[in-house]
Amino acid sequence: MKIHLKVWRQKDANSKGHFESYDLDHIEADMSFLEMLDVLNESLINQGKEPVEFDHDCREGICGTCSMVINGKPHGPQKRTTTCQLHMRSFKDGDSITIEPFRAQAFPVIKDLIVDRSAFDRIQQAGGYISVNTSGRPVDANAIPIEKDYADASFNAATCIGCGACVAACKNASAMLFTSAKVSQYALLPQGRVEATTRVLNMVKQMDAEGFGNCTNTGACEVECPKGISLENIARMNREYLGAVVKG
Amino acid sequence: MAVLDSKVPQGPLAEKWSKHKNDIRLVNPANKRNIDVIVVGTGLAGASASATLAELGYNVKTFCYQDSPRRAHSIAAQGGVNAAKNYQGDGDSVYRLFYDTIKGGDYRSREANVHRLAEVSTNIIDQCVAQGVPFAREYGGLLDNRSFGGVQVSRTFYAKGQTGQQLLLGAYSAMNRQIQRGKIKSYTRHEMMDLVLVDGKARGIIARNLVTGEIERHGAHAVVLATGGYGNVFFLSTYCMGANVMAAWRAHRRGALFANPCFTQIHPTCIPVSGDHQSKLTLMSESLRNDGRIWVPKKLEDAQAIREGKLKPTQIAEEDRDYYLERRYPAFGNLVPRDVASRAAKERCDAGYGVNKTGEAVYLDFDSAIMRYGREKANTMGLKDADDKTVRELGEKIVEAKYGNLFQMYEKIVDENPYKTPMKIYPAVHYAMGGLWVDYNLMTTIPGCYAAGEANFSDHGANRLGASALMQGLADGYFVLPYTIGDYLADDIQTGAIDTNNAAFDEAEKAVKEKLERLMKGSGQHSVDYYHKKLGKIMWNKCGMSRNAKELQEAIEEIAALRKDFYENVRVTGSADGKNQELEKAGRVADFLELGELFALDALNRNESCGGHFREEYQTEDGEALRDDENFRYVAAWEYKGEPKDAVLHKEELEYENIELKTRSYK
Repeated sequence: MKIHLKVWRQKDANSKGHFESYDLDHIEADMSFLEMLDVLNESLINQGKEPVEFDHDCREGICGTCSMVINGKPHGPQKRTTTCQLHMRSFKDGDSITIEPFRAQAFPVIKDLIVDRSAFDRIQQAGGYISVNTSGRPVDANAIPIEKDYADASFNAATCIGCGACVAACKNASAMLFTSAKVSQYALLPQGRVEATTRVLNMVKQMDAEGFGNCTNTGACEVECPKGISLENIARMNREYLGAVVKG
Repeated sequence: MAVLDSKVPQGPLAEKWSKHKNDIRLVNPANKRNIDVIVVGTGLAGASASATLAELGYNVKTFCYQDSPRRAHSIAAQGGVNAAKNYQGDGDSVYRLFYDTIKGGDYRSREANVHRLAEVSTNIIDQCVAQGVPFAREYGGLLDNRSFGGVQVSRTFYAKGQTGQQLLLGAYSAMNRQIQRGKIKSYTRHEMMDLVLVDGKARGIIARNLVTGEIERHGAHAVVLATGGYGNVFFLSTYCMGANVMAAWRAHRRGALFANPCFTQIHPTCIPVSGDHQSKLTLMSESLRNDGRIWVPKKLEDAQAIREGKLKPTQIAEEDRDYYLERRYPAFGNLVPRDVASRAAKERCDAGYGVNKTGEAVYLDFDSAIMRYGREKANTMGLKDADDKTVRELGEKIVEAKYGNLFQMYEKIVDENPYKTPMKIYPAVHYAMGGLWVDYNLMTTIPGCYAAGEANFSDHGANRLGASALMQGLADGYFVLPYTIGDYLADDIQTGAIDTNNAAFDEAEKAVKEKLERLMKGSGQHSVDYYHKKLGKIMWNKCGMSRNAKELQEAIEEIAALRKDFYENVRVTGSADGKNQELEKAGRVADFLELGELFALDALNRNESCGGHFREEYQTEDGEALRDDENFRYVAAWEYKGEPKDAVLHKEELEYENIELKTRSYK
């Protein structure tokens, strides 16, 4: 099939970006979206032009590296699907596709479609852990039985891949879904309760310091999240946060 | 042979590790504060090692090419992590895990290392649970287990189909705690370009900042390489796109011996190649073989009709299907080890029974599992006379609960519903058992340079069992390396900070810059991918699932010629002074073009078949691997001498004091 692309090109963080148009022929339905971009890049290289740079790595929907807005939606039109798992059969012959980087003040563009998401790492560093050293002699794993429902809910929160689609989807560029997923994972487990108060306070503080906006409950993050992380996590984080503030 | 002292401690096997821990030297906490360690790679081995080293008090610098340590490809491991907990009471023990791993590796791994791995495996589960890793649990609140290939117990702990993700995020969280404390400095979007030796010891690295293009010097008292495997030498593999051998290969060029490069795992259940545009392959977890049955049509004309789209698999009668694993290996059936299952699939496809348009696919069929589970469920619901439709619906729900995310992934890629029609699968490159040679302390032949996880060679022999990669990565990182490294660093308590302003760093930095310039200066005929794909074709056709002397010889020559062509004619766009993904790829492919040649040389040298290394000349009458313990019971460790084909072979003879060598049989 034939595809018409409008792609965001930006030399580096300090340059001004712009859209460029490219026409591609012979695109097959079985190609992944990123393989379609590989075809584009191969042809640009053969013309001596610089290829479009984009973040990608595992290409199986789990590492969270790929990050682009396709026709206005983070990770494109297919629900619960990262860009790397999107296939060209989701498009039809003659379609125009606009591709942009994730846009947020806290995610500055590095080049073309690549953005800097290190703010996410810093939020995790602020408290996204349980303070336990490697000793080789902690208590036996089965010493603390955990109710299956809680274990499963904790797991569901923990499946966040940290891609940042929630931020890109949000009109306030809020990182509440991302942050609350980690807060929830630990809040739901007995091992995580010990530091629950300081964790939520520190992570929220860092989230604000990075310049992410607040949540106004539109739910766009949940809709666009490729892993289906639930809005319930934000409610849980708000509850944890309120409790922590009251506790002081 | 003096260079290959494995330093395995004396004494009975089960006491070696405890004794060794008591014997090795320690570094006191005040002195640890004056010692710097570089860890390259932040997958399971790198993240767990750096977190633990920092907890102990060392100053750690971590490096990863990704934008965050959390993205390392350990994240993509699906099925689970083995541990000899024996929670199921099914007769598991440290000894059995040790024995299964040695046998699964076809008697080409080091006994003492494997026993230590089995010993510390139980600590991994305790440690991860304490960290808040949400493993799957039963209704009673205790941890659940499942079974994997090549074993007869249930010792695999899992978190749905995302075990690697959960374990890596656990190790990443431990790293984050140390980053916040200031004990780890994390360098992301940085690539190690070379290892720096001062007076014969590893004393730092040259790294490239992938955003600015700057070449940086980093000094340390020891360097840990936890950079994964080299499977991307095949171009198509289940590895992530960025996985590369650069760090390990640069260490090899600086004097670290490279062991058993030809031991590479081809995983039997991956989604087949769909066309020339294919950029990577996707694994379907081995856990699917618990319930899926593998088959091809019995009749050649049926296979032909399927390939032409005239016949559907569901139209083929039961008696016209060849469940070839169940036929050839009745004792283990569909759960034979990976190397055996892969070769059997290739054998059927080569004989003309393949079931997709390329002729390189077999079926993995869940129909009988769906009906079996559905019938059970109907019975427990009291529906004694349920019709097939109801049974099928009930069964599909149970299969969905077990494997839902994998089925969904399959459907996204292939656009077929695996509940209704069998999956099509084919073997693909998945893991490297070979890697940098290390001694019992995980130190390479360069003093102060360590290798952990998939990057080293020691634990899996010629074939790795499922769910053992996660176990080894975390065992090395959490429980082995942070302690063994102290024995070496005890000499460095008075060394002081490593100065990077000296001739060794000057020379290494200059070499890196020259290499980058050389890559930028090709005549510009072909892209980097063009060469990578060509290399991949040579590797897959001549060094893949079956090998012979003639083709290996050809591969050595073809790869050398391709490498020459690459340097002369490659086209790298842009400049070296900023973000340039083409240049990053070019540097990685340049090293694959050397490793590939050594790989073929190693395969040519090993005149036997064992594990994932199958030489057509050495097989039994019924086509099984024929090992030669008399002549090849050794680790082949190669010393760099300029051109890869000139590499010098060193042998580490493998001693089996506790296990009797047998022909591996899964019949």
